[in-house]
Amino acid sequence: MTDEDMDIKRRTFLIGTTCLGLVGTGFVAVPFIKSMTPSERAKAAGAPVEVDISQLRPGDILVEEWRGKPVWVVRRTPSMLASLKQVEADMADPGSRKSNQPAYAANAHRSIKEEYLVVVGICTHLGCSPDKRLASGAVSGLGDNWQGGFFCPCHGSKFDLAGRVYKNVPAPTNLEVPPYHFKDGTTIVVGIDPSDKKGAA
Amino acid sequence: MNKLLTWIDDRFPLTKVWREHLSEYYAPKNFNFWYFFGSLALLVLVIQIVSGIFLTMHYKPDASLNAAGVPVAFASVEYIMRDVPWGWLIRYIHSTGASAFFIVVYLHMYRGLLYGSYRGPRELLWLIGVAIFVALMAEAFMGYLLPWGNMSYWGAQVIISLFDAIPWIGPTLSEWIRGDFVVADATLNRFFAFHVIAVPLILVILVFLHIVALHKVGSNNPDGIEIKKKKGADGKPLDGIPFHPYYTVKDIVGTVVFLILFAAVIFFSPELGGWFLEHDNFVQASALNTPTEIVPLWYFTPFYSILRANIYNFLWVDAKIWGVFFMFLSIALFAFLPWLDKSPVKSIRYRGWMYKTALAIFVVSFIILGYLGTKNPEQVDLILLPNVHWAGICTLIYFLFFFLMPIYTRLDKTKPVPERVTDK
Repeated sequence: MTDEDMDIKRRTFLIGTTCLGLVGTGFVAVPFIKSMTPSERAKAAGAPVEVDISQLRPGDILVEEWRGKPVWVVRRTPSMLASLKQVEADMADPGSRKSNQPAYAANAHRSIKEEYLVVVGICTHLGCSPDKRLASGAVSGLGDNWQGGFFCPCHGSKFDLAGRVYKNVPAPTNLEVPPYHFKDGTTIVVGIDPSDKKGAA
Repeated sequence: MNKLLTWIDDRFPLTKVWREHLSEYYAPKNFNFWYFFGSLALLVLVIQIVSGIFLTMHYKPDASLNAAGVPVAFASVEYIMRDVPWGWLIRYIHSTGASAFFIVVYLHMYRGLLYGSYRGPRELLWLIGVAIFVALMAEAFMGYLLPWGNMSYWGAQVIISLFDAIPWIGPTLSEWIRGDFVVADATLNRFFAFHVIAVPLILVILVFLHIVALHKVGSNNPDGIEIKKKKGADGKPLDGIPFHPYYTVKDIVGTVVFLILFAAVIFFSPELGGWFLEHDNFVQASALNTPTEIVPLWYFTPFYSILRANIYNFLWVDAKIWGVFFMFLSIALFAFLPWLDKSPVKSIRYRGWMYKTALAIFVVSFIILGYLGTKNPEQVDLILLPNVHWAGICTLIYFLFFFLMPIYTRLDKTKPVPERVTDK
């Protein structure tokens, strides 16, 4: 068939129906694509977690699972807190400006109480859980100048004892601080901000 | 018998297909060792599909814990290994087959680099091949999650997090891939669906198209010349021989040697010292503890090294996003080879020292990248010279091989290409 024999009306009709068919296929794709997003059950599973810190000794760490992720609670000693100042110059984001934390943890020690650090133990690079290298010095395996913190085995990112990321490592931001509050002197509730604690409880 | 054949041929082009693709498909007569790996790749695909079907009969994609506190998926793999008659053999065939697939495919790709098999008129053939390589990587990655060991879990966590780096849509996209906020039961189930049906189907279709394209343009050969240009009075290429029986017999030899080596690994060293099955994957998945030495299986390590090689923020973009970009680019660049190579000749036999040197340095840096990818990042820079960023240097060489190709293939002094294939 040459172009001259072409019935323009029929051709236009064919193009129109083809386009309509494509739009229909697009609509049918939506439920299939949506079916792969987190289900209602997965969304509902993010319940807050209570952490008992009465047995946590100074210098130690506690790991608790919250929304399928590890949450670390570190009870920092005065010397650990002093190290935060020493490493400040090596930090990529010492003031936590680019990083993810509630406003009440956007301070120098990145926590509500200076003594207790609460962070999500997931590297901000590609989501591994960093190694705890809390001790300072050569015992950490990270050299004599190591002041204590966390080391990600996957791609070598380093964090200090406030979860702040070092310069020139792959991770872009400090470890995330989850919403949390102190229910009483020995219990931390992870998942609920201090301002919401009455309404949620 | 003849009557039956006529009956079929009246209804289906059986004899026609047999002739066009086997008994009267003319392939160059000078194929060498490097030409085993195409048919071997096909063989491994069949091995993986058959062993996979039998594993599916016993495996359970379920991350919930059983009465003993072990994830059901992890327990079902142990069940296959211990209780299913010959289950251990079928699983080891499948796990060894995964590594064998990549060995064979890497050698097949290297053959392409040696003899310029990606050059015109074989560009589309090569592009389909690159698509097969990408599908194969997706297939291997998703299959690796299924045993639900700790390395499975954290490997998936890291690779899915790559998508987080994409601006704007990243976090939503990775949530969509996982089906949850972390790698979880939803992720395991969908990876199972992709691994056993979606990707294998795509692979089989792509392999079919790869062969259709190959038979349209004809095979390249170690001399890199077109045998179709010299035809005899009967219209058949003078340097061609029918694929069947000549190359079917040759490929049977390759198959036998391959199967001897394959069986040796399966029976004597199925883990191959942690290279084919990683030790940390014999521990069940734990969302709270990353293995201390997290490394992918060997076939991903060159690209994994490239991912983590860049530690500098530049051009207002984070080091993380660059790393992800470089990794995807390093794979995508293969697709551009047909247009990057400006040499007047195809085969390395007639190229000058520049391409030979470039290819040699590229292969060495690819192997070094692969080696570094199996090491902890803290150890990496201590090898050979301290404080030398080897992964960075090799990544740079890797990219320069591609980016400088239009220049050095033009400058290179080539030798005259013979009219007919040689007997070397």
